[in-house]
Amino acid sequence: MTAVTSWLRADVTTSPLHARMQRAFYGWLRLRANPLAFAGFLTLVGLVLVAILAPVIAPVGYNEQSLALRLRPPSAEHWFGTDELGRDIFARIVWGARITIYISTLVAVIAAPIGLAVGTTAGYFGGWTDTVLMRINDMFLSFPGLILALGFVAALGPGIGNAVIAIALTAWPPIARLARAETLTIRASDYIAAVRIQGAGPMRIILRHIVPMCVPSVVVRITLNMAGIILTAAGLGFLGLGAQPPTPEWGAMLSTGRQNMLGAWWIAAVPGIAILLTSLAFNLFGDGLRDVLDPRSE
Amino acid sequence: MSDPQLIVDDLHVRFRTPQRIVHAVRGVSFTVGREKVGIVGESGSGKSTVGRAILRLTAPNATVSARRMAFQSVDLAGASENAMLKVRGRRIGMIMQDPRYALDPVMRVGEQIGEALDGRGLSGAERRARVLAMLEAVRIRNPQRVYDLYPHEVSGGMGQRIMIAMMLLPEPDLMIADEPTSALDVTVRMQVLAILDELVTNRGLGLIFISHDLNLVASFCDRVLIMYAGRIVEECRAEDLAAAQHPYTRGLLASLPRIDARRERLSVLQRDPAWLND
Amino acid sequence: MTEPAMIDVNTLRISFGHGASLVHAVDGVSFTVREGETFGLVGESGCGKSTVLRALCGLNPAWSGDISIAGAALARPPDRAFFRRVQMVFQDPYGSLHPRHTVNTTLGEPLAIHGIGDRDRRIVEVLEQVGLGPAFRYRYPHQLSGGQRQRLAIARALILEPRVLLLDEPTSALDVSVQAEILNLLTDLRRARGLTCILVSHDLAVVAHMCNRLAVMMQGRIVEELDVAALAEGRTATEYGTGLLTASRGYDRRLAAAFVEKTEE
Repeated sequence: MTAVTSWLRADVTTSPLHARMQRAFYGWLRLRANPLAFAGFLTLVGLVLVAILAPVIAPVGYNEQSLALRLRPPSAEHWFGTDELGRDIFARIVWGARITIYISTLVAVIAAPIGLAVGTTAGYFGGWTDTVLMRINDMFLSFPGLILALGFVAALGPGIGNAVIAIALTAWPPIARLARAETLTIRASDYIAAVRIQGAGPMRIILRHIVPMCVPSVVVRITLNMAGIILTAAGLGFLGLGAQPPTPEWGAMLSTGRQNMLGAWWIAAVPGIAILLTSLAFNLFGDGLRDVLDPRSE
Repeated sequence: MSDPQLIVDDLHVRFRTPQRIVHAVRGVSFTVGREKVGIVGESGSGKSTVGRAILRLTAPNATVSARRMAFQSVDLAGASENAMLKVRGRRIGMIMQDPRYALDPVMRVGEQIGEALDGRGLSGAERRARVLAMLEAVRIRNPQRVYDLYPHEVSGGMGQRIMIAMMLLPEPDLMIADEPTSALDVTVRMQVLAILDELVTNRGLGLIFISHDLNLVASFCDRVLIMYAGRIVEECRAEDLAAAQHPYTRGLLASLPRIDARRERLSVLQRDPAWLND
Repeated sequence: MTEPAMIDVNTLRISFGHGASLVHAVDGVSFTVREGETFGLVGESGCGKSTVLRALCGLNPAWSGDISIAGAALARPPDRAFFRRVQMVFQDPYGSLHPRHTVNTTLGEPLAIHGIGDRDRRIVEVLEQVGLGPAFRYRYPHQLSGGQRQRLAIARALILEPRVLLLDEPTSALDVSVQAEILNLLTDLRRARGLTCILVSHDLAVVAHMCNRLAVMMQGRIVEELDVAALAEGRTATEYGTGLLTASRGYDRRLAAAFVEKTEE
């Protein structure tokens, strides 16, 4: 262990792998030093583990109905109680973690590259390119996220895949704005001038020199936005436009729980708390990530 | 040397970082009278930290300790934060490297200078007159116009004069100037130095001039302290700098390129670990 | 002094802005630098010296006039081969290196752009030449001191084996002891590679040390051109040049009074 630590802390890094590992190690130390961010990180790791291990944790499955066991309050047998069809809410929450992760990952994978590409291109070239790209961006930005997503889902048809696409389309514009602002600063720096006078073309400059500088803030931004993305997904589910029954999507669960809110509070409260905790974890982690990914803090 | 205004005896400054404690200033002692004292050193020598420690303006993670640090009758080392407020800016002024960062961007220059007169019960007209007189004293030709400018509308040299005017208005007895001319062009530097020189001479002000520029300090100041790694390694009269004894000082002087004597190569400073302790 | 002209600049003009806010940053500058020579451009901030340099390396396409380097006219934009002949070292070694690229990536990039093989050998070799051992190869800029960073910036400029090296205040961000090391390094490399250099600086001592000839710029024009011997002996031809030289020598109470009288606002 000490050999590994001293290798990671070495003053002289001896290979590209070593240099990257050291960077990751110092980032990890900074994350550890921030208790709130670390708590957020642990919560998210927990969520991923729960999602992976769902068949082990909740072997009953999310759609085992038992009308005899309808609307049971939380007990030793059903930790979070049962819903109006007698399904175990604990099992549904556990399986639902998969959907939450599916949505957030997919949205991040779609929105971040689009936002980065649009933002850095607009920022680097400026002029007409910038004007056109940013006006398109403004069109997307001028609608509230949920309304825009609603419109897309209405056009594409309800379902979890379409919900993801709709949310991703509403998630990229703020990222493009951010990437553009960063690019404007980076473009004026001497290290970009230096690579320009080495003869590099615009594609190479954007991809190899500007994008790596924008990635940290984009990652932080998308992590912070993740809370909103999960809420939008839940909102779509709540409105019946996202995941369709019997999929245990947390927002949809919250929606159905509403009908029995007065008699069986747990049906709505439990998915509500799950959504709250997950968005909070993303927020705390995103905030800490800012320090972790800041190259100046090394 | 005139009677000392400022006495610093065995000053230590330590910075606490997550990894370790950095001992930035390690037992610095000197006095300043009504004279120009230069503190010269390279980056990391602790010269700026000394200037800030005198006014207790060091960062929150710093600990300042000294056997004695006194300005006239005020014990700077032991004074409360309230007592320091009466010293800072009023009896000891400070000029920074870049005036554009030290001035409030949304406040007119004249009003900003006038703030130093707050609490003296002056009328608006009296106050304005005092500020204009001070702008004139720092050789600003058209003080009426400059009074109404915003900081971004003035040049670097003008900004530094405004800074000096602002610091001089409360009539301090000591001025700490931290690289006051490093951001300025050489001819503008000459003007700012001339103003400082005149003020020190005519008003009997003490001046601590912190700089990395050996030649400049030697030609401007009366005495020079040379700092290396948090200690004063040498102290001499400015005109005797060429005859400095310490190998660090001599090495620094030899490594400077000169306009009038061309050499094929410059001599490179060989650092001796013994300098850290002797 | 019979070497052919390596850099020939003729009535160079560069302006910024439009209409009422049009500024002629460089207003008809002409000079010639012979092969193997180091030419100094001095002047105070805003005089246009750095703007000239940026145009010479192709960073600023908005110029008019004639620039020819090694007998070929400078195109807009320059072709890729141009950058193998002309390289530049920037003022601030903290800003001119990509913070997320290791030394290895920084030095490999120009080779990759120009499709030059044998990268390992070239990188190790150039690191050796600028006095950084192979141990520095996988470090990030923030793990280097100011002097080491400037050495890396020099290595990056030299790895394409240019014939012309443009130096934009290469030591003004460094301590004097480090400055001496970098200036010595530049002196050695210049001799070993037969480089032609233009050095932009506000520091007359650095220019006197490094250059053969120099031009004094003021408000976008060259007001005076002289050789270093004349500078050392104080034989400046213009009032402005004399003032600059006087002010560069340090503070002098008698002379300073004249500066305050002469240059108000």
